[in-house]
Amino acid sequence: MDALNLTPAIAEIFLAGAATLLVLLAAFVEPEVQASRLMRKISIGALVVTGALTVSYGSVPGMAFGNLFMSSPFTVYMKLLVLAGASVVLLISRPHLKADNINKPEFALLILFSVLGMMVMISANDLMVLYMGLELQSLPLYVIAAMQRDSLRSSEAGLKYFLLGALSSGLLLYGLSLVYGFTGGTNYADIAGSLSGGASPGAVIGIVFMIAGIAFKISAAPFHMWTPDVYEGSPTIVTAFFAIAPKIAAMTLFLRMTYGMLGPVPESWQQVTIMLAVLSMVIGALGAIMQTELKRLMAYSSIAHMGYVLVGISSAIPSGISAVMVYLAIYVVSAIGVFGVILSLSREGVPVHRIADLKGFSRSHPMHAACMMIFMFSMAGIPPLGGFFGKWFAFLAAVEAGLVVLAVIGVLASVMGAFYYLRIVKMMYIDELENPLDVPSDSVNNLVIGISALIVALFIFLLGPLRDSIAATMPYIVFVLG
Amino acid sequence: MISTLFFYLFAFMTVASGLMVITARNPVHAVFFLILSFFNSSGLFILMGAEFIAMLLVVVYVGAVAVLLLFVVMMLDINYQSMQEGFRRHLPLGLIIGAVLLIELVVLFSGPETTLGVAATSGERSNVALIGDVLYTDHIYVFQLAGLILLVAMIGAITLTMRHREGVKRQNIALQNARTREESVTVMQVESDVAPQSILPDETKSRKALR
Repeated sequence: MDALNLTPAIAEIFLAGAATLLVLLAAFVEPEVQASRLMRKISIGALVVTGALTVSYGSVPGMAFGNLFMSSPFTVYMKLLVLAGASVVLLISRPHLKADNINKPEFALLILFSVLGMMVMISANDLMVLYMGLELQSLPLYVIAAMQRDSLRSSEAGLKYFLLGALSSGLLLYGLSLVYGFTGGTNYADIAGSLSGGASPGAVIGIVFMIAGIAFKISAAPFHMWTPDVYEGSPTIVTAFFAIAPKIAAMTLFLRMTYGMLGPVPESWQQVTIMLAVLSMVIGALGAIMQTELKRLMAYSSIAHMGYVLVGISSAIPSGISAVMVYLAIYVVSAIGVFGVILSLSREGVPVHRIADLKGFSRSHPMHAACMMIFMFSMAGIPPLGGFFGKWFAFLAAVEAGLVVLAVIGVLASVMGAFYYLRIVKMMYIDELENPLDVPSDSVNNLVIGISALIVALFIFLLGPLRDSIAATMPYIVFVLG
Repeated sequence: MISTLFFYLFAFMTVASGLMVITARNPVHAVFFLILSFFNSSGLFILMGAEFIAMLLVVVYVGAVAVLLLFVVMMLDINYQSMQEGFRRHLPLGLIIGAVLLIELVVLFSGPETTLGVAATSGERSNVALIGDVLYTDHIYVFQLAGLILLVAMIGAITLTMRHREGVKRQNIALQNARTREESVTVMQVESDVAPQSILPDETKSRKALR
């Protein structure tokens, strides 16, 4: 094999080069506000070009950098989700950067670096690369969480995220070193080969530590405690980014780790993921009930969503993977939509995000309320909206794998979760309008909300093509051989 | 013979300065003894033929970690008297941890099948050259990623700490050099019976030009 075949990694190389060059733009363009505006536009362009390069060079299954980097239709699918999420967040960020007092060129720049880290994570084929990608992804996130320096809560969110992130990195590293020690390799394929005879107790301990470290990143219970505080304290546009892109990347990493590297020994991780799934679904549903803040509510909602995704992973069968891929696609679209609505809420120019602020929302903003209702019904899993299909396929995979109890717990948790989604709909449509909110003027944001609502509402028509494209990626999920 | 002599020299100095780290009353002295013990252990590594680790020890631990420690010790006003107060209370815990470590070492060195040895040196080429061979070829991807992470750390630290404060006077040499006589000097006819302030050239304007 060609030792240093760079072709599959051209998109990553381009993004790394673009981000490094854009550092210069941040340094030399004055004043800062103009640099910020320029940086945001160029960054969106860079992400789009990266997406095009990913599709054109990454779709051919292959390895780059001597087996450290793997590209296949599966990784392309996941990278496109990440890139789409990140570029939409950048697209709707313009008014909020100013309002939240984070209007600096570094915002878009750090998002670019973070996206690069996510792409590295998705394509990682080696424990060293896995760790590097994870750190490259996390470090910019810690910074943008704390970027609103005049706000105590933002600093607190950044610090909390940083400390718990460092802790999770420590757990992960410990697990990685144990797995390396007991299998004798850092490459996924080598580890899978060495584990094919069964995992030794030491390797199992390492695997559990690795899963715990990544569970922090996807905020699966019981490693979720940072999520509500960080989501609430960070500027809302940053929260939107947190809720969308890193989840996809960490989930893909999880998927490639469990199904690929640890594929020969599913019994060593299946129990752990089942535990994580049950706890995430239940804690996500119960924790959200008492919340009064929309952002905290979304944090618990995302914990629950990660639980449903973990149900698909726990099945340890191929249909579980396709369930996860469908679920993540819907999750990205509806999260973009919900955060678009949350971002548009303001009263007399001051952003508000209490649930009670939505009282009578349908009277003052009929279109926004209708879109929000679609997202809420979808997240609650009401057919024929998108969210229903995500849950349906995940539970179906669990039943197929014989995990009926897990599927039943999932359905029950989803019924509990429906309560707080429907409460928002009740507030918007039944409660009286008390204190009207501002009319959102940002047309880009309105457009994004509308398109997301359309996709979620008409998902039933997109399901066929999506499933076809997912089916095409299935043979390449684990490894590219040869 | 000579290398044995040096081994005992370095080993003795490492242990002695390690002891001084925990017994020194002045925390700054303790950090300096820590640095001394790092230097001596790097000497031990050189005797083993691991010159790359020896260099890393000096560069990373002496150059970065110990200096950082020194900064913290010198810049933060920590009350060391109060830190030493709980000594007696925490002594049992410390003794237990020390005993566990001691038992581990004894087991490690007395076990029958443990082969304690140093990996053989490659002979012709130094291990720095050998690491260089793979660092920039087989592991270029990971190496570059590490570089990007450091870049992000730098950008992040600057973003979070740099603040352009209003009203701070800074020297801008380019602006100073670009000044012309016309915009800085005003020739005026001073009338003898008017108070001096009112005839000065527009003060705020010239300040702005200077900035």
